[in-house]
Amino acid sequence: MSRAWVFGDDLDTDQMVPGRYAPFMVGQDKFHLYAFCDARPGFAKEVKPGDILVGGENFGCGSSREYAVAALKKLGIGGIVAKNFARIFFRNCINLGIPVLESADAVALVNDGDEVTLDAVSGLLHAPAGNATLRPLAPFAREILDAGGVVAYLREHGDFPSVR
Amino acid sequence: MNRVAGALATSGPGRTLAEVILGRASDRDVRAGDLVIVPISRVMVHDSVIDAVMAGLHDLGKARVWDTSKVCVFIDHAAPAPTPVVADSHRVLREWVRGQGIPTFYDAGEGVCHQIMVEEGYCEPGTVIVGSDSHSNSYGAAGAFGAGMGATDIAVALGLGRTWLRVPESIKVSFTGKLRKGITMKDAIMRVVREIGTDGARYACVEFHGVGSLPQGDRITLAGMTTEMGAKAGIVVGTPDAPEWLHPDRDARYMRVVEIDLTTLEPQIAVPPRVDQVVDVSLAVGQPVDIVFLGSCTNGRLVDMQQAARVLRGRRVAPEVRLEVVPASRRQFDLAMQDGTMQALSAAGAVIGSSGCGPCLGRTGGVLAGQEICLSTANRNYKGRMGSPEASIYIGSPYVAAVAALTGVIDDPRPYLEASDAEFDALVARRRAERPARGAASSRSGDRRPELVLASARSGPAMEIDD
Repeated sequence: MSRAWVFGDDLDTDQMVPGRYAPFMVGQDKFHLYAFCDARPGFAKEVKPGDILVGGENFGCGSSREYAVAALKKLGIGGIVAKNFARIFFRNCINLGIPVLESADAVALVNDGDEVTLDAVSGLLHAPAGNATLRPLAPFAREILDAGGVVAYLREHGDFPSVR
Repeated sequence: MNRVAGALATSGPGRTLAEVILGRASDRDVRAGDLVIVPISRVMVHDSVIDAVMAGLHDLGKARVWDTSKVCVFIDHAAPAPTPVVADSHRVLREWVRGQGIPTFYDAGEGVCHQIMVEEGYCEPGTVIVGSDSHSNSYGAAGAFGAGMGATDIAVALGLGRTWLRVPESIKVSFTGKLRKGITMKDAIMRVVREIGTDGARYACVEFHGVGSLPQGDRITLAGMTTEMGAKAGIVVGTPDAPEWLHPDRDARYMRVVEIDLTTLEPQIAVPPRVDQVVDVSLAVGQPVDIVFLGSCTNGRLVDMQQAARVLRGRRVAPEVRLEVVPASRRQFDLAMQDGTMQALSAAGAVIGSSGCGPCLGRTGGVLAGQEICLSTANRNYKGRMGSPEASIYIGSPYVAAVAALTGVIDDPRPYLEASDAEFDALVARRRAERPARGAASSRSGDRRPELVLASARSGPAMEIDD
């Protein structure tokens, strides 16, 4: 079981890690401690490895800053479920090995603080109020994610998964 | 696959510009939704991601980038270095550039990566370029497919010279008519963002029609702002150096068509904290501001500074307002110095920053305090974007910015451009008088009464240095 952290629509990467707390501003060992420092004070202290983020439309829009995703990875976020994702954020999550799954109903079903279970195999997010259906990832993205990210995939296979 | 006169033989419905470019790059007939692996003509890397890019290359087991002649490196996001930690990061970046033998390196003060990429000709029309910044869509100003990516994607691109892309759907934006005086293509693109919304072009390519012959700067303003609609790329059709094959098919399929009549366009204002919360200026008139930022890859070029100087020449910014001008590149800076624009802005009381991203992203130079209200010519007004999360950011054109600096409030710039000197002064006096009291009046050297300046001169060199 993991805790769900619920966010709204158009959550931008400036909210995840403000530019002034970029790794090259505060150091590689500290930037993740500023995750959601303005949008959700206390998040970085309270979040536990395996916790799930749940959001609405256009999750992760704005700046391409991968350190927003790297901060979530460092904090051990186990997956993100949203109505849909901004494209650069989506790529960054796949590349760094954080499952990103679309679900039309999760954000309405899950309350902030709920205990939830992300079941990627059955494609469901189990929540106290019911199960949210997760849209399966494209095989290309699934292969990269299963390898633990794009760097691990490329080291193992030497090239991208097949696109045809 | 058969090639006919440099183009691929195709089947099925007509192709959008994105389908034409990605089909040619991947050497097959592709349509929206297909995945492609494409060669990259350039990779753009900037200072704020270099640590992660180097780590990614290292983890990939790639000691060298795939082709040093195709890599462009910039120090612009926090430049010159505002803190020792940033300075260390810049030093690491310079050593990496030297170690790799990358010849194309623009250090602090040369300008914003996107401006230089386009104005110095690094964007070959019809090719795929990836950049470590979300506004890499800007390269569509030159007819290139420019896409922003995160550090690991950039490391992979640097190591392999290739990337994977999902061929995007496209939105066709057609401009008709002619801009009236005091209205700019910034207003036009904000009108488009208002129409499409911050995620209306998510994963899509925005294709601009009817503006291929506009000046390069206007095309950068258009292409770069497609990022604020969630777009993967934004490409201007019919740019001056476009090869003959680089055009969408007549029967191309679009997910949406948007038409904007420039003739009836009003000055547009984005209201915080959303870029798509855009209103005609009439709804924002009288909104007080504390600081005005003129700059960024969106509006930091000579013409933008000239438009501001058109309003500010021979006048002084409002005593309670600060104006910061940051040219988008040294080339633009030099041009603005040569024609007297920079002198006019400085004499009006502007702080002139070194060319680069400046305070647009809140890392250096003129960051905002809590409760401060900024009118910015840049592209984002998110909470906390330019400094304190308690600050508010309105976005507008350079004309709106100049009038805000002069009066201390947001106003329609058009009456100022038409007014006689006396009418102009009356307009400014009225707006200043109506402005609610905020902040303190600043003493600027040029504001001093002549007798004080004389007194300072008489008292010798030591006093003059105080200026």
